[in-house]
Amino acid sequence: MTFKLPDLPYTLDALEPNISKKTFEFHYAKHHQAYVTNLNNLIPGTEFENADLETIVKKADGPIFNNGAQVWNHTFFFLSFSPNGGGKPTGALAAAIDNTFGSFEKFKEAFSQAAATLFGSGWAWLVKKADGSLEIIKEGNAGNPLRNGLTPILTCDVWEHAYYLDYQNKRPDYIQNFWNVIDWNVVGNRY
Amino acid sequence: MAFELPKLDYAYNALEPHFDAMTMEIHHSKHHAAYTNNLNAALEGTADANLTIEALMANVSKRSVAVRNNGGGFYNHNLFWKVIGPNSGGKPSGDLLAAIEKNFGSFDAFKDEFSKAAATRFGSGWAWLVKQADGKLVVSSTPNQDNPLMDLAEVKGTPILGLDVWEHAYYLKYQNRRPDYIQSFWNVVNWNEVAARLKA
Repeated sequence: MTFKLPDLPYTLDALEPNISKKTFEFHYAKHHQAYVTNLNNLIPGTEFENADLETIVKKADGPIFNNGAQVWNHTFFFLSFSPNGGGKPTGALAAAIDNTFGSFEKFKEAFSQAAATLFGSGWAWLVKKADGSLEIIKEGNAGNPLRNGLTPILTCDVWEHAYYLDYQNKRPDYIQNFWNVIDWNVVGNRY
Repeated sequence: MAFELPKLDYAYNALEPHFDAMTMEIHHSKHHAAYTNNLNAALEGTADANLTIEALMANVSKRSVAVRNNGGGFYNHNLFWKVIGPNSGGKPSGDLLAAIEKNFGSFDAFKDEFSKAAATRFGSGWAWLVKQADGKLVVSSTPNQDNPLMDLAEVKGTPILGLDVWEHAYYLKYQNRRPDYIQSFWNVVNWNEVAARLKA
């Protein structure tokens, strides 16, 4: 099947000053688009020609996995945001976070720490395990928790392209402001 | 003995317009400095604190991840700043050119292979020209801050040229256009330094 760059539910400047319009012009319109284009160019004639994206993320290797997972990861990442984001989760997700981490503040600290200490390019994830409990994991490069049977709830892209124009080497500042744009309604529904 | 961030042999703006001053300044005074400080912190008070960086790399698989990542970052950037410089670029000559032609067929064939290794490294990492134990020259690439001196490297040997393809090396000027950055790199390669490393 042919994949398409997903539409965003906000304009490219909507998350200023946390994430700049310029960053979105590259991160979404160039990087995300390139992963989509590369994937569409790679799959014809392979066993993944008619596969859906989740199958590609779970089963593929090499360049098809790298590009397919980066399409999935970026879509998931960009759809976690809202210009009216920030604050705290409510309902079942809030209860699960309290259960697993003790409090929302402790979760935020642990997730931020994971994102800050991932060495190189990659993603920090909040995932739901089969028993409903939560876990924070780090995945290098295009890594995606679906491959390990985990359900992604929230992710933070810590490839340098995600923050370098706005924050340069100050990854912790980027992570701190990431919390200001999270749409907890969307994220809560994933749980 | 603590490791020290080396001073550059040229000003931050000396590689303009190929590498911009702001990138050079952040890359050296922030990223390289952080690897240096973190390496010293990882070694402080341990028996490894008196080893050379080369000795640390040689059996890095037995050391902590912090030594691997920050020791690699320290060594790799030390090499990088030396093999680039102002009034550089062009082609190597003498023994280095002869060795490149012998191992790759031609300078252009080598350049293509090295550029491709740099362009296709997925995520963060480095492209290398490596002198192997038998004297053969090969192109390789490593992820993150690994390098060919490390016992865990797929291709082992002495790096004599390296190119940083972490996004921090080029994002302010080239953004997603890594191939343009790689092309510009050839304008700042200090072939005299690479030739000296071949002889060493």
